[in-house]
Amino acid sequence: MPKRLAVVDPGRCVDCLLCALACSRRFGEGGLARSAIAVRSVGGVEHGFVVIVCRACPDPPCAASCPVGAITKAPVGVRVQPDRCIGCRTCVLACPFGAVHWDEESNKPVICVHCGLCASFCPHGVIALEEVGSG
Amino acid sequence: MDKGLTRVLRIDLTKKRSWVEERPDLFEKALGGAGVAIELLHELCPKGADPLSPENPIILAVGPLNPLFPLASKAVAMFKSPHTGNLGESHCGGRAALALRLAGFGALVIQGRSEVPVYLTVHRGRVQFRDARALWGLSSSLTVGRVLREIEPGSGARTILRIGRAGERLVTYATVIAETYRHFGRLGLGAVFGSKNLKALVISGTGTIPIPDPPRYQKLYRDLWERATRSDLMRKYHDLGTAQNIRPLNHIGALPVRNLLATAYDQEPAFSGERLAEGFLGRRLACSACPVACIHLAILREPHPHEPYFYKTTFVSYDHEPLYALGSMLGMKRAEDVLKLIDAVEVWGMDAITTGVVLAWATEAFSRGLISERETGGLRPAWGQPEPYLEMIRRIANREGEFYTALGQGVRVASARYGGEEFALHFGGNEMPGYHTGPGALLTYLSGARHSHLDSAGYAVDQECLQRGASLSPEELAQRLFAEEARRQVLSSLVVCFFARGIYDSETIRAALATLGVERSTQDLQTLGVQILRRKHAFKQREGFELATLPIPKRALQTPTPRGTVEEAFLRRALGEMQRLLEGEHGMA
Repeated sequence: MPKRLAVVDPGRCVDCLLCALACSRRFGEGGLARSAIAVRSVGGVEHGFVVIVCRACPDPPCAASCPVGAITKAPVGVRVQPDRCIGCRTCVLACPFGAVHWDEESNKPVICVHCGLCASFCPHGVIALEEVGSG
Repeated sequence: MDKGLTRVLRIDLTKKRSWVEERPDLFEKALGGAGVAIELLHELCPKGADPLSPENPIILAVGPLNPLFPLASKAVAMFKSPHTGNLGESHCGGRAALALRLAGFGALVIQGRSEVPVYLTVHRGRVQFRDARALWGLSSSLTVGRVLREIEPGSGARTILRIGRAGERLVTYATVIAETYRHFGRLGLGAVFGSKNLKALVISGTGTIPIPDPPRYQKLYRDLWERATRSDLMRKYHDLGTAQNIRPLNHIGALPVRNLLATAYDQEPAFSGERLAEGFLGRRLACSACPVACIHLAILREPHPHEPYFYKTTFVSYDHEPLYALGSMLGMKRAEDVLKLIDAVEVWGMDAITTGVVLAWATEAFSRGLISERETGGLRPAWGQPEPYLEMIRRIANREGEFYTALGQGVRVASARYGGEEFALHFGGNEMPGYHTGPGALLTYLSGARHSHLDSAGYAVDQECLQRGASLSPEELAQRLFAEEARRQVLSSLVVCFFARGIYDSETIRAALATLGVERSTQDLQTLGVQILRRKHAFKQREGFELATLPIPKRALQTPTPRGTVEEAFLRRALGEMQRLLEGEHGMA
């Protein structure tokens, strides 16, 4: 079965950002510019955090919204074809979770590919790879 | 070296102008963080400058490892301290380091003074000056944070640094608060912000840092991540946090109690790490890039004074030092009371350690009749009673009247005015931290560049000597602490949290820098640590500091440590050796 990245328990998140930093390391770089996962506080750090990442919708609105067909459905989640993308940000508006992140440097969307690298660096069991359809 | 790191963002509040300077020279020489910041301080702070004048620079710096490696999570601030009148240096976690580095800068310098209150934002690498008149005078620093969180962009990758009322009113130990619960805590950066009419600084950053050798970097990262998450360090700081120190220090009689009249409670204090974790711990937080999550938030549930079944819930961050200063130092008994005091200093924006020591001095001075209700304005400070202390904290933050204005400058100023110098627990003008372990701790407070327990951790040497039944000569102790403080200069130039010092040995640092294209031998790193330490000492000497004649509070010598009473002669000899080491064989650097 294919696997998707799932936010198992955001209540355990401590805001270390190790997931987001791990995501950038996929590209052999540091920082957050091309990270497909983000963490934000829920009205201040004392009230906890949300982890913002693609949930691999069965019928993804980001793909449906793209006027040039640059986002296509994949076995898990979607794939972006940067060469087709015109940088219009319609996909960003289409995702109700804000999980279509934006690379300001290349002016293209960044969407999680569910590789699970971030989960292997989460020290506190907030995120994990799980089989599609199990959660 | 990453070109983003070597950029210094300069901001002039007087002229409302900002520009970027390329300073590869500084970062090549000193890596970043403390090493670069002390060079900038030498360059930009005129000799004899009034710390609260426009000419005192605020310097923030990060280093090559932020936030690329686990626990490379700290930012360094350097300035001339309005509290001690010499070197001001403070380190802060939270998101400050990540935001500054990913905004594309290695350092940021603020000079001048705005005519009206402003706050500064740095978004997409651009500086904006924003009107802060509506934020000035708010009673709670928490409100300032909430408002800026809502009106400013960059959520998730930004730092919100701000001051409270104490910073506005120039209390010399006012803090700068980051993200809530983290601070540039010591030596009065908050007052320097206030003197510039600067209420807050918001920095967001989501940039890229190029990695010259990705495979080696990935491998070393994984290795360090595993070492960090599987080490004792992780358990020690993650489980109970720094509050885990209270129980063992109380047990060996090294916990300063009631202005150091005693060093232990009869029983384990109600605010030990264990008891807080059992009864109050509500959430843990981490600084960016740190898997440990040592930040512990207590839930304080308080009933409404008049209505039944009506509560308010407050989150309060606790650590060893605030628990000592606002707990044992004031003879507090109930954990709830200590948490209330910690919350108050957070709200007003004051250094918890100094505030606690100031209140402890005032309590003893009051009990000895050096001051009366005439000075205190009708308040009767007493050990273990939170209500007078809460009101005194409010009056200090607001600088109400002559007495509270004096208290707002620390125990050195207050005791010079009202007496009681023998029990005014400051070292070099900075109030005592929470370890009375022996000569090592006292030598650290006296000789450390910041007069802080973290400078050279003499308390750790004391505890080690205690366990092994060993003792060191004054010269040996000085040499050991000098070497430790020098080593820490490298960590604070990278900038790696001191809690990770066991992971980042010289060889690991060399390897980490190499993956980033920065070649330094372990010998280079050792030399650099000594150089930075000497540059700090040179700044202090320039501003009139003298190690040899530094006063030592009598109370610290009279109250026995677990290693017995510390002799002044011992400390003077150790200070002589320390001075020799700090000045080097060829005089000052």
